[in-house]
Amino acid sequence: MDKNNVKGFLEFVYDFYRSMKAHEITLVYEGEITHQITKAFTSLTESNMAKDSESNNVQKKVFHVMVECLQNISKHADAFGTDNFLFAGRGIFMVSKSKSGYHVTTGNVIENNKIDELTKMLDNINSLDKEGLKELYKTQMKEGHLSDKGGAGLGFIDIARKTGNKLEFHFLPIDEESSFFLLTSSISRNV
Amino acid sequence: MEVIKIKGTDDTPDIILDKDNDIFEISGRSLPEDVTTFYEPILNWLDDYAEEANEKTVFAFKLVYFNTASSKLILDILMKLEEMHENGKEILIKWYFPEDDEDMEEAGEEYADIVDIPFEQVSYTL
Repeated sequence: MDKNNVKGFLEFVYDFYRSMKAHEITLVYEGEITHQITKAFTSLTESNMAKDSESNNVQKKVFHVMVECLQNISKHADAFGTDNFLFAGRGIFMVSKSKSGYHVTTGNVIENNKIDELTKMLDNINSLDKEGLKELYKTQMKEGHLSDKGGAGLGFIDIARKTGNKLEFHFLPIDEESSFFLLTSSISRNV
Repeated sequence: MEVIKIKGTDDTPDIILDKDNDIFEISGRSLPEDVTTFYEPILNWLDDYAEEANEKTVFAFKLVYFNTASSKLILDILMKLEEMHENGKEILIKWYFPEDDEDMEEAGEEYADIVDIPFEQVSYTL
């Protein structure tokens, strides 16, 4: 790196750091999500929450949500795009903290032809109350089959049930074939 | 009959399936990397056990955490037990939950709704 590049890079690191602080991001990761990564992140977050004397109830919910979100990426992130950009099972994973609670955000690439189905599924989950979610979970468990990737279609329902909050999601177009799928799950502190 | 004894880890449960000593128990945390592979020997064992089941089987679940992928496999185990129950064997499920853990208690209630087997909820202090 020549001098200008070094300066640019250092400024980028500093801005990145400041913006993480401003958004109270306690964990951010980009890359392949493996089982080992899932275990490392959940135990790291657990020990941080324990240090902050977070209630057991909140700790348990954050743990649940993190596991399901990480597994969603590892099982469903699509593999395509150019070699240096997108890979299977990769995505961005973020945990942030605010006064009201914790927010777990995931982002991964999906094929555009899956957007309709995913939107329908998430809208349906968001339209249901506690009882409705319970019924949906039971039905899905009975009738749903484990896909070869080990997903049972239960993750989103479980997140909605455990948090009691709506799932916030967006699709940002990348190109004609793919989009970036962002999902934020919030765990409130005062429930 | 072969005894299954699996020592739990931070992502897999303790499992004991011992026909001669009447111990049937799954406890701990369940979020294995590959749920299907992890639970396959358990389901196979239950198939064999069904052929020569004890007159009474008390099956205990004492889980503190399981992920959604495991929840489906837990139902598969319960459905095998339900089948034995339908074939005239006495089966009792004991679902243990930490006393302050409403989610785990509710999970037990849901399974009890889905399968038709005697189901007992037992709370305990961690």
